[in-house]
Order: sequence, then C-alpha cells, then structure tokens
Amino acid sequence: MVKKGQWVQIHKVILKPGERAPQVPEDTAKVPLEMWCKGYLQQDGEPGQEVEIVTVTGRRETGTLLGENPCYRHDYGEFVPELLEISRQVRELTFGGDGK
Amino acid sequence: MKNDYASVMARKGEIMKKAIGIDFSAFESGSIAFDYERMMKETGYTLAEMQSIQRQVHVGDTPILELRNLTALARKCAKPGYGARIFIKDEAANPSGSFKARRAANSVYHAKRLGFPGVVTATSGNYGAGVASQAAMAGLKCIVVQECYDSRGVGQPEIIEKARKCEALGAEVVQLSVGPELFYKFLLLLEETGFFNASLYTPFGIAGVETLGYEIAMQFRERLGKDPDVVICTNAGGGNLTGTARGLKKAGAESLVVGASVDLSGLHMASDDQFNRKSFTTGHTGFGVPFAVWPDRSDVPRSAARPLRYMDRYVTITQGDVFYITEALASLEGLEKGPAGNTSLAAAFAIAREMPEDQTIVVQETEYTGAGKHHQPQLTFARQNGIEVRFGDPAEEVPGRNIILPSHPSLIRAKDVDLDKLRRSLIRTAVQACKGVPTEEDMAFLAEETKTCREFVEKALQEKEEER
Repeated sequence: MVKKGQWVQIHKVILKPGERAPQVPEDTAKVPLEMWCKGYLQQDGEPGQEVEIVTVTGRRETGTLLGENPCYRHDYGEFVPELLEISRQVRELTFGGDGK
Repeated sequence: MKNDYASVMARKGEIMKKAIGIDFSAFESGSIAFDYERMMKETGYTLAEMQSIQRQVHVGDTPILELRNLTALARKCAKPGYGARIFIKDEAANPSGSFKARRAANSVYHAKRLGFPGVVTATSGNYGAGVASQAAMAGLKCIVVQECYDSRGVGQPEIIEKARKCEALGAEVVQLSVGPELFYKFLLLLEETGFFNASLYTPFGIAGVETLGYEIAMQFRERLGKDPDVVICTNAGGGNLTGTARGLKKAGAESLVVGASVDLSGLHMASDDQFNRKSFTTGHTGFGVPFAVWPDRSDVPRSAARPLRYMDRYVTITQGDVFYITEALASLEGLEKGPAGNTSLAAAFAIAREMPEDQTIVVQETEYTGAGKHHQPQLTFARQNGIEVRFGDPAEEVPGRNIILPSHPSLIRAKDVDLDKLRRSLIRTAVQACKGVPTEEDMAFLAEETKTCREFVEKALQEKEEER
C-alpha cells in the first residue's frame, strides 16, 4: 500500500492505437501513445490501481500507479573495449610509441 | 471541449497565439513571403539586450579552447602543409551544460516579462535542461515534455539522463512513448496551464544564439587578430546554425558557416521499432534535412530558425566517427564532453585536413556528459538493441544496423550534402504549399530563404514544371 502524500510515478495511455495521428508509420500506429509522470499521491493506493497525483507544477493527472519514490538507474554502461583501443591509437599516433 | 487528436490540432493556432504572445499574421504577405527580418526585429531583442539578459543569468562568455593535440592528429592524417587549427567554444560551461541555455535564457526572460506563471517546452534534448535551469532562476514553473520510451518501455539512456537533469532543476517532466503526438500533449498542457510556449523556434529563442556567433568573432579577434575561416555548427532544427550565423554577421565576420549532422538516413524518426536503433537523439539528418527544406514544420507558425539562409556548406558524419572523436577528445585533450555535441567536432576533424595549416576552424559548441549521455553507455545501449559495433571503414556504416568505429582516424570523412538540392526542395515545397502563382515578392523571398538568386528560384520552378 502506498500512502497518500507519497511521491509516486504513474502511467497512462493517452491515445489508443486507433486514435493516433494519421501520419505515424504503421508500426507506431499499432501501439498506444503512453505517458509517464510523477507527483504526490492524492489517496492511498496499491500499484496497478487508478490514482490521482498532483505534480510539482500543481497539475492534476490520473493514471495507473507504478510505485513510490521512483529513481533513476541509468549508468555508464558495460565496458566497451574498443574505446580503450581508440585511446591507445590516438595517443600513439599523436605522441609516438609508448606515449612518449 | 473535445480532446481527441484532430480536435486539439484544430485548436493549434488559438492555443499558440495565447502561449507565445506573437501575432505571426502581422508579418505575413498572404502568399509565400513573410517579413523575416521585421519579425526578428520587432519580436526579438537587440544584441546588447541579449548580452545583458544572459550575463544576469550566468549564460555565455564561454571560453574558446584550442585543441592542439587533435590538430596535431589531423595533420598526421593530412597532406603536408594541411590541417587547420581546431578550436571549440566550450558551451558546456553554461549553467545547464550546453549552448541551449542561451535560447532558454531569452525565452524565460520573455515569459517572465509578459507575466506568465510558467513555461512549457517540448524537447528530448539539452534544451529541456536549459529551460528548467533558467525557470529555476526566474522562479517560474516549468514543464518539459519528452519523447523517451519505445512501446517496450525501453528508454534511450541519453534522454533518461536529460529527464533526471530537468527534474533535478525543479521541472516537471512528462515522458511519452514514440510519436509526433508529443505535440498534441504539448498543446494540451499549454491549454491546461496557461503557461508560455518556450519553443526553440521563436525569434527570442533564436536571437539568444546570436550572442554565441558574436562572441566567437570577438574572442578570435582578441586572441588571433582575425576572424575564424570556418565556423561549424551541429545542425538539427536549424536554430543553432541560424543564430550563430546571424551573430557572426552582426560582428561583421565573413567566416564560412558549415552545418554538420550525423547521418541517420534510412531511419524513420516516428517509428517505434527504429527509435532505439539510433544512438543520436538530435543533431542528425532526421531533423537536419526536413527542417532545412521546410522550417515551418516546427512548433510555431513561423520558425525563426531558417538554416538555408545562412549555410555555406552542409556535411554529414557517421555515428562511429562521432564516438571515435569523443574518445579522442578525452584521450588527447583531457576533455570529457557529450557525444552529440561532438558531431561538428568530428566533421571539423575531417574538414581541417582539407584546409591549410594557417587557417582556423571553430566548433561552436560542447555539451556536458554523464551517466546515459556518455559514449560508453550509448555504445552499450546500441549493442543491447542488436546494433553491431566494430572497427572498420565508417563509410560502410548502415544506420540502424551497425556502428562502425574508424579503424584509423584518416577514415573520418565529411560527406557533402547537395545544398542546391535542398534549396530546390525548399522552393518547391513552399510553392506547393501556397497553391497559387508566386508573386514578385515571393520570388525575392525564396531567393533569400535559399541564399541564392532569382535565376536559381526560376530555374528550380521551371524544372518542376518540366517534371510534370
């Protein structure tokens, strides 16, 4: 249960597949236009329930509750060995062997 | 009030007028021509006003750095006596980490002056952080609408980082899945909130970049006693190039203005399947070409960004080239900068090799980097989405299928876009859209729009007739 007043993220379909812009390509036309936004939960709720939030600009939005205290997990990715190779190559070409 | 797609789009004009405060019809002739310079003059700010506005909010006066080691590398890949000196304008030093702070500073200043309680902007790029940062300083509310996820819910790491930054600067971020209906949600938000449309394409937004071009000329004169020979701008919606070129002109500089975009040909920008198969979210041909030939496709009735008026040359560069140069910049110059801003640096590395050693080329921006935006997460993401990443000849790169890192820096080449073809395309599109016979005024306007002459416009229209 997520308590009223908690900072949460919600999800909402804002255009169903049949309602999309006429100019979108076929693959995009087949899927809905979805929205994610964050705000303060206006009533207690379980994830998956329809809820209302108030965003930081004071707007009200409704949607499916995803969870509380949403955070970011993007990172610096996996090690990409090619980048080390580029680094070695440009140093060698510019400064000569052994980085001299 | 009905809020389906067609009904909201039908209210576009009315919503826009309220949210920008410009009556664009005052500059219209009724056919193709409109008075671009009068629009810039009457609705924009003077250069001195903009400098003063921007200094108040810590924007501009960024340093120019000479990349001596990268220049040395370019010379090793050039014939004797060739390899121009490469400089960058370190725009990442602006409060929000990119040159977009300049556009945002003016938009937010203008919104505050007109008494709007907040600003809304539709962007997945650095402009969002620019507006959020400026709104924070001005005490205005801010909403950033982003195209972020595909239908699997997979988000482009660079865009996710930009969302984080906007939120960190106090903005509300509305994230959407792929599709041009971002504009639909944007209109709904403007209507709901009564906030200002902090569009990238208003006269004040574009005028905000004029300070960048002006600073380049002044800093060069102070340091080298001359203007740069070439100024190169990453080109997407055309505002960066337009504003910079106008600023150079205001300084009286006659530098050659070159646009550079990442080649993403073959990928559809509104495709859900292809959204995460590209590693660049802006500065690419998917925006660069359509906005050049039809500037008024933007989110204002008349865009102030009109790149074909100012562009002397337009080149493309591959994704692999840009990643290589981003790594070289860190390794040789000790500067970690976001890859997208290095699009023009990769092109400059190639073009410098065509120029004699005593000439200069300036890359007019850098952007901040970080988790998600850095080239390593970008390449990781590409691999996770089935893109092959390998060394080879970048000329063989197929956007959406592979990223080819040059096996040697001499393989980094700038590919020329046929500018005359784009110019003809602009002329024909404009005439087609107006449906009538172009007037004398229209013909003169089209020559200005394409930096050509009346004969060129006539010939383009004749050829069109012959094609029928």
